[in-house]
Amino acid sequence: MTDVLETGARPPMVRAESVCKSFGHVDVLKGIDLEVAPREVMCVIGPSGSGKSTFLRCINHLEKINSGRLWVDGHLVGYREKAGKLYELKDKEVAAQRQDIGMVFQRFNLFPHMTALENVMEAPCRVKGVAKDAARERGAELLRRVGLGERMQSYPNQLSGGQQQRVAIARALAMEPKLMLFDEPTSALDPELVGEVLDVMRGLAESGMTMIVVTHEMGFAREVGDTLVFMDDGVVVEAGDPKQVLTDPQHERTRAFLSKVL
Amino acid sequence: MASDTTTRPASPEQIKAVPVRHRGRWIAAAVIAVLIAMFVHMLLTNDVFQWGFMWDNMFTPAVLRGARTTLIMTVLAMVLGVLLGVVFAVMRLSPNPIVAGAAWAYIWFFRAIPRIVLLFFVANLGALYATYNLGFPFDQQLMNLFGFQGDLRFLGLDGNQIFAGFTAGLLGLALSEGAYMAEIVRAGIQSVDPGQAEAASALGMSRGTTMRRIVLPQAMRVIIPPTGNETIAMLKDTSLLIAVPVTSELNFQLRAIGSRTFQIIPMAVASILWYLALTSLLMVGQYFLEKRFSRGFGARETRAQRAAREAESVGSEH
Repeated sequence: MTDVLETGARPPMVRAESVCKSFGHVDVLKGIDLEVAPREVMCVIGPSGSGKSTFLRCINHLEKINSGRLWVDGHLVGYREKAGKLYELKDKEVAAQRQDIGMVFQRFNLFPHMTALENVMEAPCRVKGVAKDAARERGAELLRRVGLGERMQSYPNQLSGGQQQRVAIARALAMEPKLMLFDEPTSALDPELVGEVLDVMRGLAESGMTMIVVTHEMGFAREVGDTLVFMDDGVVVEAGDPKQVLTDPQHERTRAFLSKVL
Repeated sequence: MASDTTTRPASPEQIKAVPVRHRGRWIAAAVIAVLIAMFVHMLLTNDVFQWGFMWDNMFTPAVLRGARTTLIMTVLAMVLGVLLGVVFAVMRLSPNPIVAGAAWAYIWFFRAIPRIVLLFFVANLGALYATYNLGFPFDQQLMNLFGFQGDLRFLGLDGNQIFAGFTAGLLGLALSEGAYMAEIVRAGIQSVDPGQAEAASALGMSRGTTMRRIVLPQAMRVIIPPTGNETIAMLKDTSLLIAVPVTSELNFQLRAIGSRTFQIIPMAVASILWYLALTSLLMVGQYFLEKRFSRGFGARETRAQRAAREAESVGSEH
C-alpha cells in the first residue's frame, strides 16, 4: 500500500510534495512543498494570482494537479498508487475522499432554494444516509454553535453575508470533516460582518480542528494561526511562525507584500 | 444616532401642488373606448355570428370529448417532452463528445421538421414495416454468423396499429417537443452558478445527486416560464393532429359541426373561445408552479415567516 504514507507517530494531515498545476500554458503552482500537522491552523497569504486558492482547491481535488504528490491524512488525493503507477480514482471514490474535507468558499455558495437548516442537513442525508431526524437535530445544534439558532428556517437571501458564511461553515461541519479549508472566507463581506465569521473560525480552531485558511486578515493569522505561509507567483516564499513572519520577514518579496497590506 | 436624542423640529406642511395634466392619456383612452364600442357593436349587430346557435353547439358531447382528448394529449405530450428534454439536455452537456453529438443531432433534426410534416410521417410509418419487433440488434445476421436459423425477438407490434391515431399523434408531438425542451432545460442548467455544483461536490455529493438535488431545482426557475409557453403552444398544436388524423380532437369536432351546418363563423368563434378558456386554465397552473420553484429567490422574508421567527425567539427567551 504505497498510497498510504508511512511516517512517524503523528502523520501530517496534509502533505504536499512539489505540487504543480497549470491552466493551459499558465503555470499557477510551481512546486509547492508543505506539511500541515493535525490540529494545526495554517494561514496562507499572498497577492492575488499567487496560487493560494488553486492550492486549496487541489487539496480536495476540485482541481487536478499536473505533477507532484498530495496526501490528506496519509491518503493520496485523487489517485491510487500501485507498483509505481498512478491510477485515477473513480468519481465515487473522489467524492468519498471529499467527505472528510470541509470547504468554505469566498462567495458562500449556499443552496438558495433551501433554508439554513436544510442546507446543513442536505449532505449528511444524501451522502451519508443519516436519518432525517438525526440530521435535523445535529444541524440545529451546529447552527446554534455558529450563533444562528434563531434563523434556521430562513432562506440564504434573507440572511446577511456574515450569517450566510456562518451557515456555510455549519454545513461543512455537518459532514464531520477532519480538515477544513477556508478560501478567503471574509473577502466578500462588509467590514462590520467580518468579525462574527472570524469568531466562529477562532472557536473552531480552539476546538482542535485542522484548518488551512487563505485570508487577507493579518490579525486573525497572527492570533489564531500556528503557521503562516506567504505564497507568491506559484511558490511558497516563506513559512513559519505568524508573529515572526509578520514582524520580521526574511524575504524581500514578503516584505514588499506586507508593506502594502499592513 | 444623534437625531434620536435631540428633539426634532415640527414637520413642515404637506405639499399641495397642481398635478401635471396628461392630455395624451385622455386622448388615447377615448380612441380605445371608441374602438371597443365599434367592436362590440359589430359582435351584436352582425347576424352571421349566430350567438344562440354557437352556444347551443359548443358543448355537445362530441365537443366535450374533443376538449378532453386535447387536454390529455397536451399533458401527455408535455410530460414526455419534458422527460426527453431533461435527458437530452444532460446528454448535450456530457463531457463525452459522442453522447453530446447524439443529443445535438436529435435536437437539430426534430427542431427542423414542422410538426404537421412530422405527424404525417409518423402516422404513415406503418408503411415502412408491417410489424415492429423489439429484440436483439442485428439478431438474424448474428445467428447466421454462428450457423443458426431464426431470430431473437420478444415483442412484435403491428405497425398500422401503433402508428395510427392517438399514439402516432403523441409520438410525433412528444419527439418534437423533446427537442425544444432540451434547449430550454440546457439553458436552465447553465444558468445555475457553477459554484453550486462545486459546493455540492466539495460536500462529497455525487454528480447525479448534485444534478437532482442542487442544480435542477434551481434551474427550474429559468425552465418554467418558457415551459409554460411551450405548454400553451402544445395545446394549440393539438389542432395539427388532423394530419394523422386524430378526429376526436377539439378543433376537428367544432369544425365538423361548422361544415355540416354551414355555420362556419359561429363554430370558428366557438373554437377561439374554447382555446382561450383552456389556455387560461393552464396559466393558472403555471402561476402556482412558478411560486413553488421561486423559494429562496426574489422576495425577502415573508411577513408570516418573520412573525413565526419572532414568536419563536420570544418563546425561547422565557
